[in-house]
Amino acid sequence: MADDPRTPLNSFRNGPDDTGHFGTFGGRYVAETLMPLILELGRAYEDAKADPDFREELDRLLNEYVGRPSPLTYAGRLTEHARKSAGKGKGAKIFLKRDELNHTGAHKINNCVGQILLAKRMGRTRIIAETGAGQHGVATATVCALMGLPCVVYMGAEDVERQKPNVFRMKLLGAEIVPVTSGKGTLKDAMNEALRDWVTNVADTFYCIGTAAGPHPYPMMVRDFQSVIGQEAKEQMMKAEGRLPDVAMACIGGGSNAIGLFHPFLDDKEVRLIGVEAAGKGLQTTEHAASLTGGKPGVLHGNKTYLLQDEHGQIDDAHSISAGLDYPGIGPEHAWLHESGRVEYISATDTEALEAFQLCARTEGIIPALEPSHALARALEVAAEMDEDQILLLNMCGRGDKDVFTVAAALGVEV
Amino acid sequence: MTRLSQTFDRLKSEGRTAFVPFIMAGDPNAETTEKLLHALPEAGADVIELGFPFTDPMADGPIIAEAGQRALALGQTLQGTLSMVKRFREAGHETPIVLMGYANPVLQHGESFASDAVEAGADGLILVDLPPEESETLDAQAKKAGLDVIRLATPTTRDERIDRVVERASGFLYYVAVAGVTGDRSAGADELGEAIARLRTKTSLPIAAGFGIKDAASARAAAQHADAVVVGSAIVKTLAVEGPDAALELARDIAAATHGMGEGS
Repeated sequence: MADDPRTPLNSFRNGPDDTGHFGTFGGRYVAETLMPLILELGRAYEDAKADPDFREELDRLLNEYVGRPSPLTYAGRLTEHARKSAGKGKGAKIFLKRDELNHTGAHKINNCVGQILLAKRMGRTRIIAETGAGQHGVATATVCALMGLPCVVYMGAEDVERQKPNVFRMKLLGAEIVPVTSGKGTLKDAMNEALRDWVTNVADTFYCIGTAAGPHPYPMMVRDFQSVIGQEAKEQMMKAEGRLPDVAMACIGGGSNAIGLFHPFLDDKEVRLIGVEAAGKGLQTTEHAASLTGGKPGVLHGNKTYLLQDEHGQIDDAHSISAGLDYPGIGPEHAWLHESGRVEYISATDTEALEAFQLCARTEGIIPALEPSHALARALEVAAEMDEDQILLLNMCGRGDKDVFTVAAALGVEV
Repeated sequence: MTRLSQTFDRLKSEGRTAFVPFIMAGDPNAETTEKLLHALPEAGADVIELGFPFTDPMADGPIIAEAGQRALALGQTLQGTLSMVKRFREAGHETPIVLMGYANPVLQHGESFASDAVEAGADGLILVDLPPEESETLDAQAKKAGLDVIRLATPTTRDERIDRVVERASGFLYYVAVAGVTGDRSAGADELGEAIARLRTKTSLPIAAGFGIKDAASARAAAQHADAVVVGSAIVKTLAVEGPDAALELARDIAAATHGMGEGS
């Protein structure tokens, strides 16, 4: 996994500390009923991590079932497109890490395979999950079907309505979908409801969290399971170009695909790392999901991190055209990487993501998910400012089949 | 000596169990909460838990969660809740008040929270999502200000963890009788007795039992074992469905049952 015994003391890869903190972020802000479970989970994970059999089984499933390694693709036509607006000698080569080719169509399954293997190892017999757009729900339901475990997915009632194809997919996979009407009926409410389920069913239930947030050890565990993205990309870059990329970029909601890409590069100081948040209808409006750019530190869902909130500490609703980025918080390791300055965090609006979505489809024959379309929108600009012999690596963390209706609606097209 | 310790000492010398009702500040509106607050001592409340709302109450069931959302919709703030406590003291009430809620509103209020709360007349604080591991800074501020920090123990809190939980706890220890959310279900009386006996070997703090206590009968059963009986969802639900007079009547009934049990009847 991500741990490397040779990691130096002044590394960016040493976090979290043994109480689950990345600097002042992270931690375990949970009800006392859950505290013993969180501690037990932490011990079980350390134990699994040290067990070569666990690693072997995980690698086997990632290879034979998920379809890893995912390819690295040189995006020649996107590169050409970026060069059109670039100055002479400018316009970096753009490479895509193709995690959208994974089984179920996104990076989410990397983490689900890991967590559900751990759940089985711990003797848990029931899996619960939260989902926004349904990608994590589908991935969880998929792995539960594979392993013969019952699966309950909490999903905001509004999302159930908006994401009917994924709801039906989860049902086909044998999962039970619980529409959440409490609060505003969105992803954060689904997470509250999943936590309530866990508090009530502590004896047999494993909560499979989909992003690199929540109480320790989740942010670390999800990061470790997703770090396969960055590890593969690093090797593939070396093989393709004989060197590391100059820039690596990824979109950020909770931040699991980004931390998975970034973490193996954190100590490679020559690699500039850029995360792209969802600016929704614009950072000057209240309708965005950019927690780092537009939020401040607070406590939600078991960790201290940057949150969209009002002056009284009440959590604001996030907005993004991409349901996968529509979350008012961000993983605590990103909060720390932001404050330490190691990773740059910028944002892209709904409109910019929509344009990048269409461009990618036309130029590369890849229909991207709306989430990485945010990163792509900014990547084209970043690449245009780089030298033409430089390399920009972008994590294509999901495919856009799930988004075609949303995009059609946004473009005023009837499907 | 804090108002909470004085209250528990007095009740102990009288051989009585404390009745601790919970209401949500601002539900169904600030005026009603204030009216209830001022009427609860006469109805038999020995300590009052005053909830302050949060958008994401992950340990609450629908009854208390919805009460909080109603309060927030009308603009209830933590500052407004402290002002409510201040007026309660100005009216001459001596009943201890324990503020109960989630960490983020307190965190955003800032470092002065504990001293502001004490200045307003609050006596204790329960933050559901702030376990002792994350509470060192707040505990120090609370200790300095004279605000009791009440910790929770649950059926999942095993012996080796209880020491950690009670380490910096003060006021009383709140035993959450079921693994679940508020208003969920009830614990068996035997189960409760065993758990409280186990806790008493670890702490000399008074022990309050809560979660799932909803009427005179369940309060009477819990009062056999606990030093205090907390009733939240049942009162909040009665308030929502039948109004403040019915909520006070329920409080009177449960208070009588709780107190009666303590006298050994």
